Amino acid sequence: MPLIEVDDVSLAYDTPAGRVQGVLGATFNMEESEFLCLVGPSGCGKSTLLNIIAGFLTPTGGEIRIGGKKVSGHGMDRGVVFQDFAQLFPWRTALGNVAFGLEMKGMGKEEREEIALQQLKLVKLEKFANSYPHHLSGGMQQRVAIARALAYNPAVLLMDEPFAALDAMTRDDMQRLLADVWKTTGKTIIYVTHNVAEAVYLADRVIVMTPHPGTVKAEIPIMLPRPRDPLSLEFLEHQKQLLNYLGQGTSKAA
Amino acid sequence: MQDAAVATPSTSARAGMRIGENIRVIGRNLFPFLVVAVIWEIIARLEVFSRRLFPTLEEIFSSLYRLTVAGILPMHAFETVLRLLSGFAIAAVIGVTIGVLMARSRRAEDIFLPLVSILAPIPGLAYAPLFLLWFGLGNFPAVLLVGFVSMFPIIFNSWTGVKAVKEIWVRSAQAMGADDKRLFRYVILPGALPYILTGMRLGLAQAWRVLVAVEMLAAVPWGLGWLIFGAREMLNTDVMMAGILLIGVIGLLLEKLVFEKIERYTVVRWGMITA
Repeated sequence: MPLIEVDDVSLAYDTPAGRVQGVLGATFNMEESEFLCLVGPSGCGKSTLLNIIAGFLTPTGGEIRIGGKKVSGHGMDRGVVFQDFAQLFPWRTALGNVAFGLEMKGMGKEEREEIALQQLKLVKLEKFANSYPHHLSGGMQQRVAIARALAYNPAVLLMDEPFAALDAMTRDDMQRLLADVWKTTGKTIIYVTHNVAEAVYLADRVIVMTPHPGTVKAEIPIMLPRPRDPLSLEFLEHQKQLLNYLGQGTSKAA
Repeated sequence: MQDAAVATPSTSARAGMRIGENIRVIGRNLFPFLVVAVIWEIIARLEVFSRRLFPTLEEIFSSLYRLTVAGILPMHAFETVLRLLSGFAIAAVIGVTIGVLMARSRRAEDIFLPLVSILAPIPGLAYAPLFLLWFGLGNFPAVLLVGFVSMFPIIFNSWTGVKAVKEIWVRSAQAMGADDKRLFRYVILPGALPYILTGMRLGLAQAWRVLVAVEMLAAVPWGLGWLIFGAREMLNTDVMMAGILLIGVIGLLLEKLVFEKIERYTVVRWGMITA
């Protein structure tokens, strides 16, 4: 049985301009420890789909099952990392942020801080354990957010364009770091991005989505060996293939 | 200063520079007061007003000294501050509670917002005669009035603050398993703290103003407001000035020693407001 089943999920909502089909009939499965990227232009419903999986939105059709159990609302089987740096709690240190989930679980102070420190080591920020978020750079804040979402050991990590607001060089570093973290932890990850190169660099499999209505257009496995070389011919081939799908998607919409 | 005295030679130069910097800052802040003092003294010496009505600085400060040493001024100040803090404590607890309720519950907002909007802009002193008629003279109406008046800015700012708590903090906390109770305690309250502190600061300023005034009316036996009012009967303008100066100093101390300290330890340290 797959770890995650996205089964014919739809979400429609009303706007002043009429009823909009944000997501229509999205269906795919995920195995444990798989790294899946949802790729598409803005408005294709990829973030909406991620928010449904996270339980922040309730689908108007279909359902999502994790480990065979239907998802309703948010839960600690899922960890979430957002794009916005402001997601960290400014009144807590990096360590305090990472320990938050464990604290909610009722774990004692000493134990949870030890685990939180391990998680900060994983993202190479153990030296900044006692820093407040406003003293950290954007990239560091996102690393703390990743550590925070991993700390209470959810079954799946959901990431919504976590590096989109970073400069290009920092973003490359972050992608390498995330690939390392994934290799170390073997976590199941769903990663939303509009950046095709990022998807090819990170994913085992890419789900291409197109807008109006937001539908799954294609599923493309990326079988390249890791660590991947973004300048290799195969890498660029994959990128081209994805861009083709997206190019068709946008021309059809227009 | 003591630090500089025990500093090693290598650091004493830097300490000296810091002291020089401090002296400049103090000088810059004192300068306007010096100008006013000089003008005051000129007016007093020229006897534009009668000397009894417009005492020289020497007379004011000797009254200040005399009353302080005799323990009269500290006693008045103590009574006033006690009333202030009692009233303010009531306002803080009730104000934050109502403000948070309004932000969290639509029904509470519908009930309280119109009331608060009407009552808040009314000057606190306008309520004073009512409170005196209902609750008699003395401490009780004074403390109640202080609490009532200073509650409004606290309500408004707590309400705004809770509404301004970032949605992404709430989502993050919920994703990490925070239930409503812990969401409130660990996210909503600290997230709203910059606004709540601002509300308390404004509330305390209101409390301070209305208290000094109501002490003149409520026939309390001690208190700075009463001291000033009583001194008028005897044309003791030097005593009045001493009381007014002390009111200013206490207000400044509350601001600098209490609120700035709390802010520096919390919202400034967290980068939620700049110092």
